[in-house]
Amino acid sequence: MAAQVELFLQTLIAGFLLGGLYALIGLGMALIMGVMRIINLAHGDLMMVAMYLAYWLFTLLGVDPYISVFVVVPLLFLFGCALQKFLITPVMKVESILPHNQVILTVGMAMVLSNLATVFFTGNYRSTPVNYASNAWYLTDYWKNAPIELSLSMPWSLSFLCAFIITVALWFFLTKTDTGKSIRATAQDIDAATLMGVNTNRMRMLTFGIGSALVACAGCLFIPIYYLYPALGKQFTNIGFVITVLGGMGSTEGAIIGGMILGIFESMTATYVGMGWAPLGRFAIFVAALVFVPGGVASLIRRKRLGR
Amino acid sequence: MKKLLLGLLILFLLLLPFLGLSSYIMHVLILVIMWSIIGMAWNVLGGYTGQVSFGHAAFFGVGAYTAGLLYYHLGMSAWWGIPICVVVLTAVSLVVGYICLRLRGAYFALATLALGEVCRVAAENMVWFTQGNLGILIKERTWIGKTWYYYVILLLAAGSYLLIKKVMESKLGYYFVAIREDQDAAESLGIDTTFYKTIALCISGVLTGIAGAFYMNYMGYIDPGIVFSLSDISILTVMVVMVGGVATFGGPTMGALIMVFLAEIVRSTPKIGAAHQTIFGILLILIIIFLPNGVVGDFRKIVKFFKPKRTRA
Repeated sequence: MAAQVELFLQTLIAGFLLGGLYALIGLGMALIMGVMRIINLAHGDLMMVAMYLAYWLFTLLGVDPYISVFVVVPLLFLFGCALQKFLITPVMKVESILPHNQVILTVGMAMVLSNLATVFFTGNYRSTPVNYASNAWYLTDYWKNAPIELSLSMPWSLSFLCAFIITVALWFFLTKTDTGKSIRATAQDIDAATLMGVNTNRMRMLTFGIGSALVACAGCLFIPIYYLYPALGKQFTNIGFVITVLGGMGSTEGAIIGGMILGIFESMTATYVGMGWAPLGRFAIFVAALVFVPGGVASLIRRKRLGR
Repeated sequence: MKKLLLGLLILFLLLLPFLGLSSYIMHVLILVIMWSIIGMAWNVLGGYTGQVSFGHAAFFGVGAYTAGLLYYHLGMSAWWGIPICVVVLTAVSLVVGYICLRLRGAYFALATLALGEVCRVAAENMVWFTQGNLGILIKERTWIGKTWYYYVILLLAAGSYLLIKKVMESKLGYYFVAIREDQDAAESLGIDTTFYKTIALCISGVLTGIAGAFYMNYMGYIDPGIVFSLSDISILTVMVVMVGGVATFGGPTMGALIMVFLAEIVRSTPKIGAAHQTIFGILLILIIIFLPNGVVGDFRKIVKFFKPKRTRA
């Protein structure tokens, strides 16, 4: 019995920590989704780029992955802004039959990024061997005769903490600053925002930049605990859009909750069903969300607020 | 005049195997025709009805596995896969349509993207049923030469083309286009949008599945990584139609011709072979920016682009 409880709690902790990082990926995607009304299918590949940057900073210059956040994030922010400015904005002006051209464009970007990474860095798996990778805190160290044993991995907790701080910082940015408010206005109603004097094109660019920066953060936080290979982007893009659907298209608080749910759910499937089935569990939750709560968590929150 | 040209084209296609082309060229041609079926199928859903799918590998793979599993488990000829996959894929399309097509916009694109991946993972993990990553191998090939395969796929392609043309010229086709242009307006005119979108999905899914079943027969070997591949099937399908021309009859065939030959050329060039996805990606980006309606749809634009140059020179 104790062993069962132990396993369950340990899985829950792992899922919770993973969920924090997933939330960061989902946040970036939800933000882009909210403002630009497109799904960014190059999201995971931007993360892959950030992870390679962090990896090379660590291998060549010995910069700790957590410190490389301060280098990688601004770089990816600029990269995201450039992508929006030179690729996506021109496509928005082009007239075509399909409304989804911008989404297909992001697919093209994803193909180029992941393939270039394969060409330049080969398909080998890489990781950053930080010396604190296997450090952990154990419950029995603090509570001598605890009935169960639980452990908390140090890099995982550190990553979770960083993700939490960044999320709070983003919340402050979006609710308290002028730029943040303009971004939210653009997301709510683009025409009204333009009429109120918001430079919506600039906001779009900023949003794509911030979205890339957020996923870059997630990349830097993932690299001490995960491994890295060029095709990794696809998997995280999938995770990102499952979170956005789960949370409600374009809702930031929904993305956080969605990320948490997905993290815990995935960790549960990995423990109780099998590692290989985790993507299927992800899809199951995605279908469930589509069928039962098509508006995502955000619609539930809204319903509660409106008292319906 | 037009009828004469069409007749000549049909005659040319029928006599093609007698030109003594090498079996490699025949192989490429068979792939071109197969891809034009998949492209036409995608076009019904994506081009005419406006529901962009990023997961046609799911339909392709299910079709291929239907044929393969019939052979592997029941010992039937894999050619039975072609008629039987019609039933299987109608069922699959109905389920997928019921779940995803009630919602509009990005949801469908996302759901199909996930669908393709999920089929791959399922096929990899259900080892007792699909042999997992080992794949399915047909030991007895029906024909050794390519000629008969060529005629079979040509027949299938002609059938698909006629079917799609018939559908698009009927009332159904107008419903599809109405849904693409404005779903609210279509609904207010009394079109049951979910129902007609599901029909479009069924047509699209079944035709793609037939191409998949043919692929199983033709190649003789499939595994989840090949037939459920995101970049090599799903995205390539989108590219075939985008390059050729969205919502045009000739577009998918044109796109298949360009993409398959391009893929063969790029892959066989030693230095840039590894970077073929980069080249495809850049091509996709350029097409979307400069020729959003594809080579066929924006043919006038291309002509215009080249004309002033000629006069200057």
